[in-house]
Amino acid sequence: MTDERDRDDFGYIVHAAHDAGPAIQEESEVEPRLDAADERQPLFRTEDLLLNMGPQHPATHGVLRVVLELEGEKIKKATPYLGYLHRGTEKLAEGKTYNQSIPMTDRLDYICAMANNYAYVRAVEKLLGIAVPERAEYVRTIVAEMQRIVGHLFWLGTQALDIGAMTIFFWTFRERELLLDLFEALCGARLTVSYFRVGGVDPQGDLSPEVIARLRTFLSRFDANLYEYEGLLSENRIWLARTKGIAVISGEDAVNFGLTGPPLRGSGVAYDIRKAEPYGVYDRIDWEVPLGRHGDTYDRYWVRMQEMRQSARIIGQALEQLPEGPILLDLPGVTYPSREKVMTDMESLIHHFKVACYGFETPPGEVYCGTETPKGELGFYLVSDGTNKPYRLRIRTPSFVNMGAFDYMARGYLIADVITIFGTFDIVMGECDR
Amino acid sequence: MDIADQIERAIPGAVRGSAEAFGEQTVLIAREQIVPVSRWLHDEPALAYEQLSDLTAVDWPEAPERFEVVYHLNSFRHRKRLRLKARVPLSDCAIDSVTPVWRAANFLEREVFDLFGIRFRGHPDLRRIMMPEEYDEGYPLRKDFPTAGKGWRNTFEFWPAIDPGREVEIDASALKQAWKKTDD
Repeated sequence: MTDERDRDDFGYIVHAAHDAGPAIQEESEVEPRLDAADERQPLFRTEDLLLNMGPQHPATHGVLRVVLELEGEKIKKATPYLGYLHRGTEKLAEGKTYNQSIPMTDRLDYICAMANNYAYVRAVEKLLGIAVPERAEYVRTIVAEMQRIVGHLFWLGTQALDIGAMTIFFWTFRERELLLDLFEALCGARLTVSYFRVGGVDPQGDLSPEVIARLRTFLSRFDANLYEYEGLLSENRIWLARTKGIAVISGEDAVNFGLTGPPLRGSGVAYDIRKAEPYGVYDRIDWEVPLGRHGDTYDRYWVRMQEMRQSARIIGQALEQLPEGPILLDLPGVTYPSREKVMTDMESLIHHFKVACYGFETPPGEVYCGTETPKGELGFYLVSDGTNKPYRLRIRTPSFVNMGAFDYMARGYLIADVITIFGTFDIVMGECDR
Repeated sequence: MDIADQIERAIPGAVRGSAEAFGEQTVLIAREQIVPVSRWLHDEPALAYEQLSDLTAVDWPEAPERFEVVYHLNSFRHRKRLRLKARVPLSDCAIDSVTPVWRAANFLEREVFDLFGIRFRGHPDLRRIMMPEEYDEGYPLRKDFPTAGKGWRNTFEFWPAIDPGREVEIDASALKQAWKKTDD
């Protein structure tokens, strides 16, 4: 499938001109953007309408309020009002030790908790200057990619549901359940996992042969599942009409608006942190980054579908290469000692007590660490003053920054498209409002 | 050549200091020069910092210039990141907006304004974004703001009147949340 596509030096694959199905809307047929300087004299008296949408609206994926300025059915201006889910995570983190903040990161993007954990512990590890064991890197990469599939499946189901296709929602949630069951087998939780530790992952939750076998079974069927979804959508007349040419953003604008993740790559900008600043074991694996071409909702859909294929590829290869060894670094005073040691060794018991209660001190300084989560770049900016708590923890979330482009992307489209445009960002308000 | 020297050569008097730690480059910029420097970093093809990844602030209450506005830039073309900083004193708590350079700064600056109280001159729509519009307790992310809030939240009546016509006796004191100190 991917071999026929154009490929550039960085191993990116480019969207072959919509070969998935017949385009029913050509570029020229796309409704032109609203032109403010329309000189024609109107036949009727017109009046702008203000429409309040949300905060409790089923399609806003949380609590988001948008005030729409309408001319007829067309959007002149869309003003999002955020903050309904603001919990002050950044402020709370200043009063917690580094380890105590890990469960709070689960609640940012509660669909993709593994990715948030990963982004946070990477920032702390960068501050501490520690490297994690080899097997831990593989396990992290595998669960991060499982989480990407979960996130994209969730996105696909809800986006299709918003547009009116119900079947796909049940199908994607069927596969999502299988992966969530695996998360449950790993760490006992399905959504708020808190699986990552500074220096590795939860030592109780190693990838057992049984989990690996189940994961392989999942992967063996997953490609066929993706064809099933595409069979429902890629040539579906309604889906094409609702996504092609909707919410177009050019690559330059996407960069300027700070978009990251699939919204950026949907506009054809070849940037993925996993390639640009490789972490985990992404540089040891053969995989590609799919790129869209037109920057519309359909291309972002296409990018996410291909990303799921690539994630499956990454997991498959990582499972092949998976080495034996510990999954948590043994660094007394920073990481948790193993359970066996705690039960038999006095020193380890003291270390465990100290790490759990007091935490660990970090060298003073500041780090910024960006991680590619399913929604885009999740960055943690940590300022340390040398104590056991962060002086300042700043969370740069993709949903919040992507929301900045919402007004620009919604202008000129119809009210019914607002739902699609929310969905195309894959927005989660827990992450947006923090 | 060092990035700080390059900036200094292009815009004399802009750089107040630079540091490299944890493999990240930081340049401290004079507050008045932040927009010209940003514009230059964005436009210069050899640097091409086309994306503003993040914009935030850090509060240092003891410092003479209390706030530090922090810009994280990313260059896709050259695969490089850069951190800019500018100091803002409490007495004149304002800095020029970089929204003309990066439109991503719109929401990010609104957030800093909301939570730190730093004004951004020339911002197209400087309003609160996280806190309610009528919020009047100060700026939550400043260090002198208690984590538990200043008590406004405790005045909320969480029990809505089910039947407005009928008098329902509610013991308001039972609803109020106890003051919890969560620092240390």
